[in-house]
Amino acid sequence: MTSLSSLMPQDPAKTIAPIEKSPGYWAGVIRRFGKDKLAIAAGIVVLILLLIAVFAPLLAPMDPYAGRTIRRLRPVGTDGFPLGTDELGRDMLSRLIYGARYSLMMGVAPVIMAFGIGSLIGIIAGYVGGKTNTAIMRTIDVFYAFPSVLLAVALSGALGAGIQNALVSLTVVFIPPIARVAEAVTTQVRNRDYVEAARASGAKALTIIRVHVLGNVLGPIFVYATGLISVSMILASGLSFLGLGVRPPEPEWGLMLNTLRTAIYNQPLVAALPGMMIFITSISFNVLADGLRNAMDVKV
Amino acid sequence: MLIYLGKRLVYTIPIVIGVSIVCFALVHIAPGDPLVSVLPPDASEQLKQQMMKAYGFDRPYYEQFLLWCWRAIQGDLGTSIATGRAVASEVMRAVRNTLLLAVVATFIGFFFGLLFGFVAGYFRNSAIDKIASILSVIGVSVPHYWLGMVLVIIFSAQLNWLPPTGAGPGGSAEWRPDWAHFRHLILPAVTMSVIPMGIVARTIRALVADILSQDFVPALRAKGLSELGIFGHVVKNAAPTALAVMGLQLGYLLGGSILIETVFSWPGTGFLLNAAIFQRDLPLLQGTILVLALFFVLLNLIVDVVQTAIDPRIQRS
Repeated sequence: MTSLSSLMPQDPAKTIAPIEKSPGYWAGVIRRFGKDKLAIAAGIVVLILLLIAVFAPLLAPMDPYAGRTIRRLRPVGTDGFPLGTDELGRDMLSRLIYGARYSLMMGVAPVIMAFGIGSLIGIIAGYVGGKTNTAIMRTIDVFYAFPSVLLAVALSGALGAGIQNALVSLTVVFIPPIARVAEAVTTQVRNRDYVEAARASGAKALTIIRVHVLGNVLGPIFVYATGLISVSMILASGLSFLGLGVRPPEPEWGLMLNTLRTAIYNQPLVAALPGMMIFITSISFNVLADGLRNAMDVKV
Repeated sequence: MLIYLGKRLVYTIPIVIGVSIVCFALVHIAPGDPLVSVLPPDASEQLKQQMMKAYGFDRPYYEQFLLWCWRAIQGDLGTSIATGRAVASEVMRAVRNTLLLAVVATFIGFFFGLLFGFVAGYFRNSAIDKIASILSVIGVSVPHYWLGMVLVIIFSAQLNWLPPTGAGPGGSAEWRPDWAHFRHLILPAVTMSVIPMGIVARTIRALVADILSQDFVPALRAKGLSELGIFGHVVKNAAPTALAVMGLQLGYLLGGSILIETVFSWPGTGFLLNAAIFQRDLPLLQGTILVLALFFVLLNLIVDVVQTAIDPRIQRS
């Protein structure tokens, strides 16, 4: 599990190792995961959130953009507005449902992109080794020298507010840790006997990477990346909270939390709802990632 | 030890240079004219050129970078475009407030993190362990800006016990060690402390469990050492890691305080960053980020050196 402030285990490169696969590895993973009730529950919550995001237009009872000032800030439980209304009189339930689209997309997409780019960089650095490795990893170290929140805010602050810029900033934030893990695992795999044997038998680098390296390194990197989703959710919504991500009037949980700050005296429960959603999502991804790591027997 | 210190210092230099390049580049990845916030929209081309020249934006990048570095070394981070004041003095004033908040939060978080971590590590799989584990998962998963809002709702809006925003009464931007100012510190510091608490608790729990499973523990017990004596050995073994985590957490809190400072209108670096971003005050943005990042690099350095100094095992390896 990772956290917002540390973003990554202090030094993943020191602790991560490729998975030792034995026959029936995946059966074991499924068996172990099946025993982890907490992780299954978290997985179900994540699934429900994803379904809400996909089917938002069918589920939302009202138009999330349509507001009327005469029904501003109604409390939770109002007739027709089960979760109340926001500062512009828009239905909170509908906005929270549509918000799942933005918030999940903003949280998950950067990790997926960083997984692709970071793995590529890390595997190249780890496999090629030598001076290339040093050059790549020292550059990565520079980005490591920034606390994650600071880097995200700095980049999106310089690029300017907007969904695209926030996604780019978050991707840049997550590439270094993923690349580091990928490099560490690849370096270990590269020195295994079977890779040595493949090289001795004349296999080309790309073939070795495809056949021998990828299968052994993607698992740990994937598990590590899933642990970052929770951080990414909090950071992405945080950027919108600061006014650097999704812009009004779009329904996004972090942005909603910000615009509802004025309502904490009149409708505290309504004002706290979007944050509750971020919290539920983040903790579910966290527990799910933990369960996945235990089931896949990855040491991070 | 001296050799290690020297090596570690040398290793820091390229990082510092890299960090400076990134901070410098921030202004140049920004879209549009860096002077957009000071010039009127109908400014003549001539005025534009003059201002570009005055701020040095007309020179080649490497020249600008070297000049910027040279000035930064002398403590000159340029002039804020929005206010016209020196960036260095603005940043330093804000850093003091952020540092105060982050240090207090680190101590609170550390105290409870250690407590939960030790108890959970000692009594593994007990009810206390479960509770401590749940608390630490919550600690690392909660969006702290939301937690801050919830605390404001409870303790300011509902109970009216503590002030919701600011560093002191009447919008005081200078923190003083008196009760009125202290009241303003409580909510933001507690909110911020939740992050290190969760991480410290997790780290210490795993560490203590690992130490207790090592061979020397039954050996100590066999020779008749009291449980308290064994506890002393556990603390001694856990201390270097705990200190390292503490130092790094302080750095993360310093750099990541913007969200909490926004919630509580705390007049620190985060607040400054916020202003810099929305007024497109790029020199201020650049300067603040440079100072915070260098703080983080320095803390990393201190942590590594202190850890090596107090843990003989690291030196041997």
